Amino acid sequence: MVMDSGREPMLEMFIFETLQLSDQLEQLVLNSEKSNSFGAAEINEIFRIMHTIKGSAAMMFFDSIAGVAHAMEDMFDFLRESKAVAVDYSKVCDLILKGIDFIKGEVAKIESEQDADGNPAALMQDIRSYLIYLKENINTSSPSEYKPEAAATIDLDWDMDVPARPDLFVKFGEKCYKAVIVFEEDCEMENIRAFNVIHKLSEMAEVIEHHPGNIDDEECITVIRENGFEVVFAAESSQEEMESLFCTLAFVDSFQLMEFDLAAENLTNQSAALPMESDPDSIVAVKSEREADNGAATAVKQSLISVQLSKLDKLLDLVGELVISETMVTSNPDLLMIHDRENFKKAARQHRKVINELQDIVMSIRMVPLAGTFQKMNRIVRDMSKKLGKPVDLMIHGEETEVDKNIIEHLSDPLMHLIRNAIDHGIEEAPDRIAKEKPVSGSIKLEAKSEGGDVWITIRDDGRGLDKEKILNRALENGLINKPENELSDQEIYAFILLPGFSTNTEVTEFSGRGVGMDVVAQNIEDIGGSVYIDSKLNIGTTVSLKIPLTLAIIDGMGIRVGGSIYTVPITSIRESFKAREEEAFTDPDGQEMIMVRGECLPILRLHEMYKIKNSVNEIHNGIIMIAETDNRSVCLFADELIGEQQVVVKALPKYLKRIKGIGGCTLLGDGRSSLILDIAGLVSY
Amino acid sequence: MSEVMEQILELTEDTQKGKFLTFIIGQEEYAIEIKYVTEIIGGIQAITEVPEVPDYIRGIINLRGKIIPVMDVNIRFKKEPKPYDDRTCITVIDIDDLSVGLIVDNVAEVLSISDENIVPPPDARSGFSNHYIKGIGKVGNTVKLILNCKILLGDEDLALYTEAS
Repeated sequence: MVMDSGREPMLEMFIFETLQLSDQLEQLVLNSEKSNSFGAAEINEIFRIMHTIKGSAAMMFFDSIAGVAHAMEDMFDFLRESKAVAVDYSKVCDLILKGIDFIKGEVAKIESEQDADGNPAALMQDIRSYLIYLKENINTSSPSEYKPEAAATIDLDWDMDVPARPDLFVKFGEKCYKAVIVFEEDCEMENIRAFNVIHKLSEMAEVIEHHPGNIDDEECITVIRENGFEVVFAAESSQEEMESLFCTLAFVDSFQLMEFDLAAENLTNQSAALPMESDPDSIVAVKSEREADNGAATAVKQSLISVQLSKLDKLLDLVGELVISETMVTSNPDLLMIHDRENFKKAARQHRKVINELQDIVMSIRMVPLAGTFQKMNRIVRDMSKKLGKPVDLMIHGEETEVDKNIIEHLSDPLMHLIRNAIDHGIEEAPDRIAKEKPVSGSIKLEAKSEGGDVWITIRDDGRGLDKEKILNRALENGLINKPENELSDQEIYAFILLPGFSTNTEVTEFSGRGVGMDVVAQNIEDIGGSVYIDSKLNIGTTVSLKIPLTLAIIDGMGIRVGGSIYTVPITSIRESFKAREEEAFTDPDGQEMIMVRGECLPILRLHEMYKIKNSVNEIHNGIIMIAETDNRSVCLFADELIGEQQVVVKALPKYLKRIKGIGGCTLLGDGRSSLILDIAGLVSY
Repeated sequence: MSEVMEQILELTEDTQKGKFLTFIIGQEEYAIEIKYVTEIIGGIQAITEVPEVPDYIRGIINLRGKIIPVMDVNIRFKKEPKPYDDRTCITVIDIDDLSVGLIVDNVAEVLSISDENIVPPPDARSGFSNHYIKGIGKVGNTVKLILNCKILLGDEDLALYTEAS
């Protein structure tokens, strides 16, 4: 598929994202125009969108888009700062919508594999001059901020800080040229033009050096205006060819091109020790990669679509049905009448393979990595730590853990609450932290892992921890405790904070303290069948663990047979399985059967007794012992035999059956039968 | 447009109204409103036993990827369980988004019983207690016992069952 190159998915993502963002922006602008005002929230949102577009366009070298986005961003920066009252909104909207149209047009070109060659200069000029007009005509609260230069300059996100290097490289057969370019007098943004030149050049030549060196800096504009832009490059092409290239460059007024003697330093040392982002080499590489992509038959187009989840569910069900009907065909009794079935078997095998593949893909469609949700937290941490003046580091681990789409949607809110709580209540003010000999900067660890078919998400902060006494007192006040205090475990005490309206914080802050939040977390997690565990140590920190259930997660399961039934045990819970000799098992006076495994005494749980299954193996030595473990507690399951390993989709038991102890769900076996999935945690505490 | 749609919907509703699916359990003919019935599976497919459920829940089956519980109506009515044969059917009914398969001896037919031919069951207070039946339909000179599906699936049993677990 299109996954072969590293570039193409990025380009696709860019197209998808930019189009989506421009649509969003359009809506926002239109709504604002209707109400004839830009609310602070809208401006922020527009700003965010513009920034994203600018950033990704610059990254993808679509500088026309980046330029327009930047100009629009400047406009909204002004609006936001000045909280302008008497702005002609329709004019602003006109300009912005024009900008959106331009961006959309460019993206459409990119999508149809053309160069994004639209000229944004006129549009940018419009926006810029209107901005200047605004600044001059409206006496804003911050007139000192008026900087026409800044409005006109594009602060692009790349860094062309190329140092003058002695280790120049001119390959054999290449000639070295020096060009001095003078741009058109009123073209503005000379540094961007200069970058354009370098960029264009890098398509057919290797840029070695240019002057001024740092074209990222706005100050270089004056230098370029006065002295022209000097660039030294090496190319195979002849001088004429290079000249014709320069003629095609936009905004170039005149240029001088001469062959340049580099013999003295003509080394072949192609040093790679240059900073990546400033290395023209990497630009060349990226560019040629893109060209290769364009050359390939795969068309650059949007290959992401949104699909209704219900359709996916149906698809999954249908594939399940396909598997059954396949078994029905291949093991059809009528086939027994045919003696020579070689060809049939061959075809059936192929059929089976395709179906398996189909099943895998359908299963994987619904799974989404947690990365997106986790990344959102970065923003929250940043904003809050700035606002509260508490430096906080967020560490993210295991964001590649995949979770069902439905579950992801329920995770975002609880995580946000937990992170906010951690920063607001958990992490202390900097002086406190210093007094406690902790690093000034607080740390929050956000971690996901799958274990035993469950996904665990933990949020760990190194803050002040929960005050057990305070929680206890508060719980007593509210009459929540109905058993002797000394019988409450720490965990039980901490769990009080999950109750609605329970807050030990007397002050309500902007972010938390109203006593809603933790109960929302608990509610949200319970809704998806998970649970919340809190652990805390005073002055060391608090850990909140969310256990997200199996529901519709794909797990590796081991099938075990007990009588006529097949049960599935999550592979991650299995420690080992073995055949035991009869004399290894013993019974304690309570009738609890046990077995000694390498010095460890483990209880035996006979599944056939527990679930009253008939026709199963009764003698220990005829069946199989499987040690299953969870949370450091183990149990030996006694079953008839192992069936084999299989990836299974976990389905919830029908609502009608409610919960059954020790059963975590059910799944469909390859042959269409269903199998119950054992919930080891439930069995251990059985 | 929407009016037309409504009319069509009404019509569909109408065609289902007064129609019943009848099946045989033991000696009796029972009927359920056709609107509850989603499908009939001929023959018994592999049923996965589920532990810790009332005995009339025979287990779960896989219906095109959907897992549904199946109930043996014979056992539900406290009758002698009959061995399954090729006439045994699973009738899948759907009530309030709850799909349950009913194992019945034999599906008979779909017929219409008009409202005036349905009489309420004898009053429970008269000592004859049969809450599964919500009416008795007269068809020719036979009677069909019209089942109350909601009670058949049994909220009270469900509650009872929740306690047991």
